[in-house]
Amino acid sequence: MKLLTHNMLTSHVKGVTKGYPLLIKATEVKVNEVEFNSQFVSRMIPKLEWSALVQAAEGLGHLEDLPAELVSDYENNEEFLKKVHKVLLEVEVVEGSLQCPESGREFPISRGVPNMLLNEDEV
Amino acid sequence: MELGDGNVNSVKMSKEQRKLIRKQIKACNIVLKHDGISTASHATKHLVVANGGLGNGVSREQLREAMKEMGELETVIMSPHKPYAFVTYRSEQSAQKAHGLLNGHVLRCGDNSVTLYLSFVDSVPCEAEERVSLPEGLALVEDFVSLEEEAALLAAVDWSSTSDDVTAQKALKHRRVKHYGYEFRYDTNNVDKDKPLSVGLPDECVPMLKHCLKDGHIGTMPDQLTVNQYQPGQGIPPHVDTHSAFEDTILSLSLGSKTVMEFRHPDGRVVAVLLPGRSLLVMKGESRYLWSHGITPRKFDMVPACDPQPPAAITPDLGHLGNLTLSKRATRTSFTFRRIRRSPCQCAFPSTCDSQGALSAPAPSPPPSPPSLPRSHGDAARLEEEYVHRVYDAIAPHFSSTRHSPWPRVCHFLSSLEPGDVLADVGCGNGKYLGVNPELVVLGCDRSSALVHICTERGFQAFVSDALSVPMRTASCDACISIAVIHHFSTQERRLAAVRELVRLLKPGGRALIYVWALEQEYNKQRSKYLKDPSKEPSGSPGPTENQSEGSTLPQKTVNSHGDSGVTDDGKHYREVSGLAGQRPDEDQVHSGKLSVHTNRTAFNSQDLLVPWHLKDGKGKAEKGRKGEREAGNFDKMGKRKAGSAVSKDNPLIDEQILPSSGPTSDCKTESTDSKQLGSTRPDFMLAQVTTSKASLDSSLPSSTKDTDDASNSCPGFEVAPSPAPPESVAAAAVFHRYYHVFQQGEIEKVCCQVAGVKVQTSYHDQGNWCVILVKD
Repeated sequence: MKLLTHNMLTSHVKGVTKGYPLLIKATEVKVNEVEFNSQFVSRMIPKLEWSALVQAAEGLGHLEDLPAELVSDYENNEEFLKKVHKVLLEVEVVEGSLQCPESGREFPISRGVPNMLLNEDEV
Repeated sequence: MELGDGNVNSVKMSKEQRKLIRKQIKACNIVLKHDGISTASHATKHLVVANGGLGNGVSREQLREAMKEMGELETVIMSPHKPYAFVTYRSEQSAQKAHGLLNGHVLRCGDNSVTLYLSFVDSVPCEAEERVSLPEGLALVEDFVSLEEEAALLAAVDWSSTSDDVTAQKALKHRRVKHYGYEFRYDTNNVDKDKPLSVGLPDECVPMLKHCLKDGHIGTMPDQLTVNQYQPGQGIPPHVDTHSAFEDTILSLSLGSKTVMEFRHPDGRVVAVLLPGRSLLVMKGESRYLWSHGITPRKFDMVPACDPQPPAAITPDLGHLGNLTLSKRATRTSFTFRRIRRSPCQCAFPSTCDSQGALSAPAPSPPPSPPSLPRSHGDAARLEEEYVHRVYDAIAPHFSSTRHSPWPRVCHFLSSLEPGDVLADVGCGNGKYLGVNPELVVLGCDRSSALVHICTERGFQAFVSDALSVPMRTASCDACISIAVIHHFSTQERRLAAVRELVRLLKPGGRALIYVWALEQEYNKQRSKYLKDPSKEPSGSPGPTENQSEGSTLPQKTVNSHGDSGVTDDGKHYREVSGLAGQRPDEDQVHSGKLSVHTNRTAFNSQDLLVPWHLKDGKGKAEKGRKGEREAGNFDKMGKRKAGSAVSKDNPLIDEQILPSSGPTSDCKTESTDSKQLGSTRPDFMLAQVTTSKASLDSSLPSSTKDTDDASNSCPGFEVAPSPAPPESVAAAAVFHRYYHVFQQGEIEKVCCQVAGVKVQTSYHDQGNWCVILVKD
């Protein structure tokens, strides 16, 4: 699971109102090199919840000096885009879990795949 | 063998041509090195002939024919599936001559031709001649009957009547069969011991049976005879003769063409036994009670070559791995003599003994007791759990191997999105749409973790979730697709909830594309590709039973190979439940309360149904496909291996008839996705090969199939695997049933209209699917 994916995921346990962002509890993290495409990264940024990304990156120890607040004019800031690129697309959680911030429900991540299935009574 | 054009050319070759050939040889040598074959730079009497292997469809005779013109041959070594052969001449001179003249030579083998490239090698590999002993209790007596006796026995069987009660003649899907003494019933895998047939064993059998008595093969005369007649390409699935039906010794007399029978031990060992014409096979003890035996349906067998001069002993265990050739099958008739057992079997092999509680083998997988349409939310969830989720997890690798062509109109939708758009593929399956438009940010999800893992192995981002509750932020997506998903929900309420969930994910202005399977497989006078084309269906031949695929993807074209079981697996048992002519399908279900089982590739007779998935066949194909690529790879002109598609085009022979079934599968439902392990441990087919690896019994497939270059892709969305299915063990014939609600015209639009805040932008019919594009307000 890349942090891009994490940024889109939310807890969907019944009754939970504040299920975002999910807390990452990683036991195995890898960094895979991915070809950098500044345009792609820059297009992605407005789709993100910036603070959730920073929080997740920090939790995994891959903050890359990303600022807490999104900088303006990032489109032309290649250095910045490269950092975002790394955090969003290169850092991957292989094993661990995602925890719902409200209910505490944990969703396992195994071989890079988060299992977000709920039990019958949680839907 | 005729000389190809290449030979003529090689004489007149220009300087440029020679240079090209040298380059090609060099390229071949690089590939050969990958197989651990090092070529020599100096002349020797040994040559490796690239493209001249059994794996290229070249027979030993064809190769010898071409090579011997250059000088006296010492040995020709051809290994199973290999795309090269080793040829040793008596003299170095001859080898040099061959090297000079046959490089680039085009060898015609029937309909296909290969270009040979030759290189010197210092020595030919010494194939470990693993002598494999026959299964315990098995004996083969060659030339047991004379040519005259053979003729008399064959004449004693009258096949002229199409069906008669006296000898219980049947035309099974893969062979003709006739019973004497007692009828063997394929529905029960047993005999009706109280109902002997009016005709006993033919008198013509008496001399050979007396011979058997005299030689001590049997102690008492058999009282039951089954005559099977196999045409080339026909076979019999692996089975153990039912213990409770017959006494210990089983005699099988082979007449006509020789064939290869495979014996399989439950521990995974496979022993292939060549049965020459007029030979007697005696199965006793372990070989009769514990080992299964079967004949792979194919047109050619790899058999030991009688090389250089017959009669090189053909030992029954066929231990000469490098000394094989192709043998074309012709009609073979077998006489199987058995003696009816009158008391329970007390053999030492309880695991295969139905008298001692084991299931009688090989029973066809029984069709399920069809569930009823759900009446409550809980019912619906349970129905989907059993008839959708579990099935996909169980068939995931096979399912995935049949899904590699994205449907064009879905791709069109994906291409219409803006770069950087966030797309959710809800019910992404093996992820065939996740990479279609690389400019999008794509997330996939599916209920089946087995399928999701296939996506991630392909490098896509995907997670496991239910389409009714997708764990993504509300309004986070520019677009969503739901391709062939919503038809798996078993109530109207749940189908509506699935659409509602898609819409929740969309941003205002975002679009969702939904595909569901249509009740109407014929629309605007066009039949969908899913429907069987009657014009291509020869009447009287067993119709292929096929794995449905949603709409435009044609499924594995498979032939039901457990024809000897006599029990249909296509749901015939249930048709009376659902197919009341003239009634609306839904009314049928109201009467019966049960879901009907759909017959693959026919029109739907009900909106709610179970669609069979035949696991085994695709498995065999997928395995063969990979093997074809790996083992039978042709060297093309640049010395690279051609892809699988090229193999099948150039060598239909290899792809469809030679590469055999893999080892028996003991448990089809085992979910394992360890492709590497599987690839290396599946028994490559070699005669008399022994595989002790337990993993070879694993039924699973390599989990990710990336062979998107499949020849079938030339026709988008039309995926056909025409290979006949090899028979595998009982469990391998597993049929899974998936629940579907097929949509009537206008139905999906009606569902969508019930969701607030969204409009139907377009709707259309695409190859048996109803499709809508929704736009969020």
